[in-house]
Amino acid sequence: MTETARFVNIGERTNVAGSAKFKRLISEGDFDTALEVARDQVENGAQILDINMDDAMLDAEACMVKFLNLIASEPDISRIPIMIDSSKWSVIEAGLKCVQGKPVVNSISLKEGEEQFLEQARKLKRYGAAVVVMAFDSKGQADTEDRKFEICERSYKILTEKIGYPPEDIIFDPNIFAIGTGIEEHDNYAVDFINATRRIRENLPHAHISGGVSNVSFSFRGNDAVREAMHSAFLYHAIRAGMDMGIVNPSQITVYEDIPEELREAVEDVILNRREDATERLLEISDKFKKGGSQKKEADLSWREGSVGDRLTHALVHGIADWVEEDTEEARQQFDKPLEVIEGPLMDGMNVVGDLFGEGKMFLPQVVKSARVMKKAVAYLLPYIEAEKQGKQEAKGKILMATVKGDVHDIGKNIVGVVLQCNNYEVLDLGVMVPSAKILETAKQENVDIIGLSGLITPSLEEMSYISAEMERQGFEVPLLIGGATTSRVHTAVKIDPHYSGPVVHVLDASRAVGVASKLMSKTQKDDYVAQIQEEYQEVAEKHEKKGAGRKQVAIEDARANKLQLDWQNYTPPRPGQLGLMTFDNYDLEELSQYIDWTPFFATWELSGRYPAILEDEKVGETARSLFKDAQEMLKRIIEEKWFRPRAVIGFWAANSVGDDIELYTEENREEVLSHIHTLRQQMDRSGKNRPHLALADYIAPKETGVEDYIGAFAVTTGTEVEKISTELKNNNDDYNAILVQALGDRLAEAFAERMHARVRKEFWGYAPDENLSNEDFIAEKYRGIRPAPGYPACPDHTEKPELFKLLEATERTGIELTEGCAMWPASSVSGYYFAHPDVAYFGVSKIEEDQVRDYAKRKGMSLEDAERWLAPNLAYDPNQRKKKEAA
Amino acid sequence: MTTGREARVASLKQISRERILVLDGAMGTTIQDQKLEDADFIGSRFTNHSKDLKGNNDILSLTRPDLIKEIYLGYLEAGADIIETNTFNANAISQIEYDLSDLAYELNAESARLAREAADEMTKKTPEKPRFVTGVLGPTSRTASISPDVNDPGARNVTYDELREAYYEATKALVENGVDLILVETIFDTLNARAALYAVDELLEDMGEDVPIMISGTITDMSGRTLSGQTPEAFWHSVRHVRPFSIGLNCALGPGELRAHIAELARVADTRVSSHPNAGLPNQFGEYEMTPEEMAEHISSWADNGLLNIVGGCCGTRYEHIEAIAKAVEGKKPREIPEFDPLLRLSGLEPFTLPR
Repeated sequence: MTETARFVNIGERTNVAGSAKFKRLISEGDFDTALEVARDQVENGAQILDINMDDAMLDAEACMVKFLNLIASEPDISRIPIMIDSSKWSVIEAGLKCVQGKPVVNSISLKEGEEQFLEQARKLKRYGAAVVVMAFDSKGQADTEDRKFEICERSYKILTEKIGYPPEDIIFDPNIFAIGTGIEEHDNYAVDFINATRRIRENLPHAHISGGVSNVSFSFRGNDAVREAMHSAFLYHAIRAGMDMGIVNPSQITVYEDIPEELREAVEDVILNRREDATERLLEISDKFKKGGSQKKEADLSWREGSVGDRLTHALVHGIADWVEEDTEEARQQFDKPLEVIEGPLMDGMNVVGDLFGEGKMFLPQVVKSARVMKKAVAYLLPYIEAEKQGKQEAKGKILMATVKGDVHDIGKNIVGVVLQCNNYEVLDLGVMVPSAKILETAKQENVDIIGLSGLITPSLEEMSYISAEMERQGFEVPLLIGGATTSRVHTAVKIDPHYSGPVVHVLDASRAVGVASKLMSKTQKDDYVAQIQEEYQEVAEKHEKKGAGRKQVAIEDARANKLQLDWQNYTPPRPGQLGLMTFDNYDLEELSQYIDWTPFFATWELSGRYPAILEDEKVGETARSLFKDAQEMLKRIIEEKWFRPRAVIGFWAANSVGDDIELYTEENREEVLSHIHTLRQQMDRSGKNRPHLALADYIAPKETGVEDYIGAFAVTTGTEVEKISTELKNNNDDYNAILVQALGDRLAEAFAERMHARVRKEFWGYAPDENLSNEDFIAEKYRGIRPAPGYPACPDHTEKPELFKLLEATERTGIELTEGCAMWPASSVSGYYFAHPDVAYFGVSKIEEDQVRDYAKRKGMSLEDAERWLAPNLAYDPNQRKKKEAA
Repeated sequence: MTTGREARVASLKQISRERILVLDGAMGTTIQDQKLEDADFIGSRFTNHSKDLKGNNDILSLTRPDLIKEIYLGYLEAGADIIETNTFNANAISQIEYDLSDLAYELNAESARLAREAADEMTKKTPEKPRFVTGVLGPTSRTASISPDVNDPGARNVTYDELREAYYEATKALVENGVDLILVETIFDTLNARAALYAVDELLEDMGEDVPIMISGTITDMSGRTLSGQTPEAFWHSVRHVRPFSIGLNCALGPGELRAHIAELARVADTRVSSHPNAGLPNQFGEYEMTPEEMAEHISSWADNGLLNIVGGCCGTRYEHIEAIAKAVEGKKPREIPEFDPLLRLSGLEPFTLPR
């Protein structure tokens, strides 16, 4: 049917008059689902989207405006032109004011006379719209060929001659009426339409013809096979006559050539009015062709027709697991050994995935889906391989990966693991909180080629440098890879590389992992690469040292003398509604889901960009949308099926600052000290900027002022269920969903922290009862107060966490535990303090000097060495140099 | 005041067949270079005004008319055929920020009057090169098809009718005070532009005037689309119903990045093509660094490839840039305007053409 190439298919499901479902959605106000209807239309090939809200029970104008405004925010819908469809001029005009593209208006006519017709047409020309003109005049709708043509001709002349309407922007609808109704006058309606169409096209240059096709078969409701045949046969003839647009439901037509001969002949007899008994004859045979409802349009499955290798590659590239087992089985029968299926077609497919990923044509979430398919295929083959005792496949290399002792964060490590596996590396994942001894022991036993260490919290950095020293001591030579959010090239160069004479490489993200690993495993490239990295790191380290030497720092006494001086005499700190602890269990997940900041969610998947703009991003938008859809679906299940048990504890205490410490009191009379929070103070040179040297203690009223101040604290978690579900999924070879559930757990924990902070400000501490911020402002932290967490820039010492947990009874009340590295378990947890002073803002303590570290260690009752170890990332000096100096 | 427009427009159309017309450069950048004080914006008239006026460049037409005219003359002397009125934000909507919406008419009127004076003075000096004024309608500070609230994609902070009314008022002032053309420019939301074009068309009919319309959109980033998501061709389909004097692109990008999009318009538009690019992309301090010579080199190659009918400069371009651009296109042939079959051309974010 080559004619259809020029035939424009107008999507018609977004029409309350034609779709009961759409009408229900609009009247129930479910615009989200209504948008899905529009999206389906576009995905199913509609080239113009007809929107109609004409219904007695609806405020058609308001619904039209709202729906068009919503569509404007959906680029995959609004990419095609809109047809604003209404019999009311006010609705049409309201719609025209909402679309930036050039739309089609459906419709105007001579029904109310020439004057109104002209006035509306003038406006449409000014608005910049194409127009559907109905064959309708004051005498009514045109039914015969002559009336149809005459009205259209008259309309055409008025439009083009009187107001210069571009003829190419005129689309005539010469009325498609029902035929086969049993009423004799109706028998020729289709012929009238087809002939009128031919005459219009021949005599009215550049004008177009459209119509609502389903009308023609109206009297055969209930018999979809006959209706579909009628639509297709009618279109076949009308298109030949020059009809070039139509409102057609794509699921209600069939291929003309596929219509059974007998049915086609009977249908065409009716359409073309070829015999008097045409309708009776069609009715007689129609039951034969009746079928149980029209079939759903299926996804394009033409790829299933390719060779088994092509099919496997397609499945891998597109992440489709539905047929992978049968395809793998088919491939297995073609090869001598099951292993060859892995080495052959499956690896070929994964190589395509790897290449596309390397070229930036596939993105991480897609690759993880590919891996899921691969794992399913391999899992299917494994029993056959075992049975043949073929031993293991020859992997490119064996890589041990672990999140170091004290740290529980492993999303990033899991992603790297998946990517490496995709590229045919054997990955031994030891999990989280893995002690140094276990890592090194396993590495020896398994004879691994590379060790990869991961960590997110700052103490992990110290643990990594310890492991590198141990590797040196135990005579390791294998390359050591360093990765994770807090790791950096500089840190690796300065703190890890010098300890270990084997190659040490910092891996920025998962996309680099394969490149690094393959160079390190390559016989020809390895030496050059290692030499190059070593040289680079030495340079970085030297630069870092120079920079350190040039850095001006001030002594802690001077920094304290320049502390932040707030006007406490003219400020009355707000008193929290109730002092002591409050616990929350099974917090409403639905509520939390509204506070999710999605930007970091995408960052987890190495998709960079801000939400929601990322969804429309030229490069990663498609992937981001698909990921977002999966995330929304899982989130819905998380909420509906209560996968997680969010728990929280918050507390408030009377508090005053004493020097750089904050004293918390058991009672409001402030006589008995309950606990101390030790804060650290900035020591960078601030002379040029005339700024104070900040410590968090500065924001709490000093004891000597006599001002009654308060502090708060919190711990929230999405619950241990996150880890359980994630592990189960992983064991099922579903890394994609395993990572997805972890990432959502993390986001919900952050959202929980954000939500509790908001409630603290508005209700529990209540100092900002009228706060009313948009989600954007939330994310931009445009509110009063902060919630700094120990281990983060304003209070970088993780060892403040045990005291915080004691104060909050956090483990008893929320189930969160602290690891020896002071990381929270489960990882989807957040804790910190609440500060309420109007001037308080986040800041970084940055580098601190030996004088402050000594003083701090004394205040906390820890050894200088312990303090230095925990504060390592913040030290402005090298503790080893200090020790050496002292020894000398 | 309209006397002479008809003749000027006819001569402009004639010149446009012979050579590439030169637009002026950035008003904002040149004003910034003057390092003005609050007092310059306040003048003697707005000493008691409730809002800070610094940065309201449009008001300088009232408080520092000497300076605005000097800038007009500066660009004319640099070789511009057409100067743009200092009215980028002189509409009731943008002026809400300064609480000066009531002044919209006056701002446009004064700016147009000064520009007319400057252009006529130059025409007198160099009658062989007559000069023209185009009245600028900026995008306003609000968008009619983009939600201001991420949580409510259906929300809008300005309506089509509000835009239409503001544009009508501004256009009236411009046309009544001697502009030869209207330039709807820096369009990042095409719905705003469609409201502007509606207003202009309505006004011209009400006044019984025929003023050619120039239209210039903005491709906001490397995605190659307007902020509201349209491709250049879809954008063209959305505005071509007014049969504009020219269609083009300006701002946001430098000539290097803009070229492909101008080439796209040049391929699909059956009218003149204009461009006034920025002086490159801003550096990390927000400064534009492309030199007049570098810019002229790009423009020269555009002209050689037959992409241009009208060219000037946007953000970061100064007198020197226009001088260099004017030299670069001197003696070069303007793009030939193609003729196309009348086909149904619609658009969403992407263009749609129904083949014959």
